Parts: sequence; C-alpha cells; structure tokens
Amino acid sequence: MPSLGADMTEGTLVQWKVKPGDAIKRGDIIAIVGTEKADIEVEVYQTGTVEKLIAQPGDKLPVGTPIALIHVEGEAPGTAAPEQPAPRPAERVKASPMARKLAHELGVDLEKIKGTGPHGVIERHDVEQAAQTKAPVKAERVEGAAHAEPVAGMRHAIAMAMARSNREIPHYYLSTQIDMSVALDWLQEFNQKRSIETRILPAALLLKAVARGLVQVPELNGFWVDDQLKPSPEVHLGVAISLRGGGLMIPAIHAAEQKSLEELMAALRDVITRARSGRLRSSEITEGTITVTNLGDLGVETVFGVIYPPQVALVGFGKITDRPWAAEHGMLGVRPVLTATLAADHRATDGHRGAQFLQILDGLLREPGKL
Amino acid sequence: MTDAEIQQAIFDGLRKIAPEADPRQLSPAANLREALDIDSFDFLNFLIALHERLGVEIPEADYGRLTTLSALVQYLTPKFRNP
Repeated sequence: MPSLGADMTEGTLVQWKVKPGDAIKRGDIIAIVGTEKADIEVEVYQTGTVEKLIAQPGDKLPVGTPIALIHVEGEAPGTAAPEQPAPRPAERVKASPMARKLAHELGVDLEKIKGTGPHGVIERHDVEQAAQTKAPVKAERVEGAAHAEPVAGMRHAIAMAMARSNREIPHYYLSTQIDMSVALDWLQEFNQKRSIETRILPAALLLKAVARGLVQVPELNGFWVDDQLKPSPEVHLGVAISLRGGGLMIPAIHAAEQKSLEELMAALRDVITRARSGRLRSSEITEGTITVTNLGDLGVETVFGVIYPPQVALVGFGKITDRPWAAEHGMLGVRPVLTATLAADHRATDGHRGAQFLQILDGLLREPGKL
Repeated sequence: MTDAEIQQAIFDGLRKIAPEADPRQLSPAANLREALDIDSFDFLNFLIALHERLGVEIPEADYGRLTTLSALVQYLTPKFRNP
C-alpha cells in the first residue's frame, strides 16, 4: 500500500487494473487506491510481470503492506521480494471511499446495497441510487445544542497535514510586489497569434518563473527529511487546486523547469481537469517538491501559505491589481502589480536566501520572453 | 442560430464546469465567475467549449466583457446575424 500523502496511514484498494501474468512497465497504472482525499491511480515503478495480487478490492490496509507481487524484469525467478501476507482486515462491506463517505452523509446502510463495481465493490452511484429509494429520515436536532458535523475525509487529511506543518516547520514569510506590466503585455501579444485552445494564462507564466527561479535557489526545492535538507534535482511543482465539492489537491507537474511555456500550460490544464474529475496518479500526489498557491482569482492580494510537509517552501500569488507605482525614472504611474509571497522552512533556508529567490522571480517576470 | 440556441450552448458549457449548479437559475445580470465559483482555468475551458460548439472566435481582449449571461448573449448573438 503506497503512501499517497504526508499523513496517510492506510488506504483502501478500490480496483485492480492488472491481473496475474500481465506484463507491466514503469509508469503503468496498476490499481486504484482510495485515500481520505480521493481515489488515486497507482503507478508501478518497475518493469516486469505481475506474479500475484495479494490484496483484494475493498481491503483497507496500512501503508507499507504488500498488495501485489511483481517479478522485476532482469531478475531471476524467485528473487522477488518474499511475499508478505497482507493483514486480513475484519470482514467488511467492500465499497470505495467515496461511496463510504457519501453513504455516511446520506445515512445509507452499505450492508443493504449490492455493489455493481468490480468484484461487487459498492461505488458512488450505487449509494446515490440507494439513497433515492430510501425513505426520508426526519432529522432530529436538540434545540440550542451545538450541531457537530462529522469531519469529512478530505478535511481530515488536510487538517492532519497542516497541523503537522505548523507543529514541525518553523515558517518564515517574505513578500514582494512585482510590476507585471511587461509580462502581461508580452503575454497579450503572445496570445494574439494563438487559437483559444492554445492561449496561455498568466498563471502558467508565474509557474514557469517559479520553476526557473528554483533552479537558481535549489535549497527551496526539496524535502526536509531525517533532520536535513534533501534538494531535488528536478522541480516538481505542486499546484494547489481547489475542488468544487470543497477541499484541495496538490498534484505535481513533473520537471516543470524543463517544460516550455506551452507545455506547462497544457500540463496545468491536464492536471486541473484530472484533479477535479478524480483521476490523479500516485506520482503526482507524492512527488511534489514545492507548492504554488494562486488565490488571485478570488481577489486575494497576499497569500500566507502553510508548507506541505516534508516540502520546505510554498510560493503564493495574489490578484494582479492596478496600483500606483513609482517608475525607475521617478514618474508616478499605474501598473498591474502582483504580490508574491514565500513561506519557507527556516531549518532549510534563511531569509536572505528566500529574499534572493523573490528577487530572481521579479527579474524573470520582467523579462518574460526569456522564460 | 437563435437566441435560445445560443443560451442553450452557454448553459451546456456552464454545466460542464459547474455540474452541481443549475445555470437556468442564474440572474442574467449575475457575475458568472462569482455566482458559480469559476476560476480562470474553468472560465477558459468554458470559452473553449463555446468556441467549439458555436464556431465563434473569442479574442482574449474580449474576455473581460463576458462576465454575465446577458453580456454573453449580447456578445454572441450579432456573430450569427446575416451581414
């Protein structure tokens, strides 16, 4: 059972995508695992053959429990890791996490539903169908008593990660204001030659600048593990994406510093679409080396983020707003201005280095053509 | 294309990005992005869907005008009138 989040302790096998005997290669999706936040497509990191499926759909297992046995290409038969029997979970109804959550919210008894998913797993639509045929239940509320809503899985997962962050990470915050007039003018001209499907949003330009900036300040790009900083050789940009039903996911765009602006925009659209339709992959969930949060769409001017552990930094962007701006030649004018913030782990870097990063970011956005 | 068909295309596009909402309940003057909690990516996806469905070009410079249902209809309708 892979770890698919900073504080994930267990997961539910929702569905196998392979069967014994199947040839698999690195990057293939072999299973779907349900976490508190979402169902995630699990990729395999070796090339070889599926020998045995140990866990069954519906099994809820601790992180680290073997769920399958894979014969890795190039190894002699019998040299695969010894099979470890998965701990047998107590007999329980097989249902996807989303179905469980919905059943809890709608007051539907899972034991009375026949699942239509693989191996009889109860899925979301089974619960919705059951809820429609269920007699309405009159809610009872005690007058004057506090009405405590159960903490949803998504909220719980975020609560765990953020509480850990504030408990363990000594944050420091820096912010700077960036004149975006050159960047926006450049982008407007860039987009004029393009069809609507291939136009670039300012958000993609900002991500590109962050990725390039991190190459120059690698101490902000990586993890704090075993009391030391482990910088990542590549920039896997975790992008905070709000979900329509509430909560957020932070999937990573891999090797963002190597992508062109067009590739980054396409990757961003792809990952947002898949995050909102519940089709993220395990590597996207686990391999982010820094988080970028952009709340400008909601009118927020300054973002004071909470670092997602074990990462060591978060970059926040607010709304680009027209503000009075003293230009270099001393004339006062109105410019589109962006407030960029850096939340960083003081164990990994000092304010001086963080300030250098923001300075580099500013410089990159003043010369967008070079991004 | 009639106004009703244009409006239907708008509603279908909005349902794709905000499936939990009923766009028919929106006031014609309501700010779409605020009323449906649509971010810039979803708004771009919505405009792309309109472009594909209606075959109209929507320059980036016009995005800022397309804030409400009525503004969208007023913007799109003339594009289907005979010259």
